[in-house]
Amino acid sequence: MLIEVILVFFIVVVGTVGEMCVTRAMKIIGEVKDFNPRTLLGVPIRAFRVGWMWVGFAMMALAYFALLGMLARANVSYVIPITSLSYVVGAIGGRWFLGEAVTHQRWIGVLLVCAGVVLVYLGKG
Amino acid sequence: MKGAADLRFKTYLLISMLIFFGPIGDLLMSKGMRRIGTAPSWSPAALLHYAFQVFTSPIIWCGTLAMIGFFISYTVVLTWADYSYVQPASALTSGIAALLGRFVLGETVTPLRWAGIAIVCLGVLIIGYTPPRTTEPIDAN
Repeated sequence: MLIEVILVFFIVVVGTVGEMCVTRAMKIIGEVKDFNPRTLLGVPIRAFRVGWMWVGFAMMALAYFALLGMLARANVSYVIPITSLSYVVGAIGGRWFLGEAVTHQRWIGVLLVCAGVVLVYLGKG
Repeated sequence: MKGAADLRFKTYLLISMLIFFGPIGDLLMSKGMRRIGTAPSWSPAALLHYAFQVFTSPIIWCGTLAMIGFFISYTVVLTWADYSYVQPASALTSGIAALLGRFVLGETVTPLRWAGIAIVCLGVLIIGYTPPRTTEPIDAN
């Protein structure tokens, strides 16, 4: 049981914080205004010169391995609904870590997405 | 006002690209790997032959390109849009995956799953009415 709680923590919290670190790196790169393919291809390359990108990737990799570990222990229809908690962690982190304005309206949307993702996976035929 | 409309348009465009490329990439990779199957044995010669099969499969290459498309769209949209806006919107990939499963692979999509997709769409629609960007770029120094 404890190992499963730890794995879920890594999937939901560490994975989402990793994505937020990537977001932070992208905000440092700054808004992309030129959409020619060369510039677009260069965006991820430039991002890898920012430390946050590496931190984010390392955390996302840990979360990925935790997901594999969890899938080896439990049914996917049990694992995926739990991972939808990431949207809640994303909204909280967006507010506190990235300083985004997470309004009531956005919260309602996030909770609906959470519920919808759970149903999508529970309804897998 | 025009700036806000442009920002919204390019956010929608990039999110549409990522919810298109993500499931397509997954589908092609899974189709390609299923076609190739698992490695027959762990001997170096068998593994080399297996790697050759993977790297010369057009489906795997198309899947890889779609995944690169997903990664670029995802990182580019995050250069301006909020994470708390993009992350839930990207949940539409589960809807697209179900549609691809239904119409490309001929899988059955249960009513519960359709209901889930509808709720995800409703949630994304509500989030879509909030401003895509509520922060300023971060100064690296």
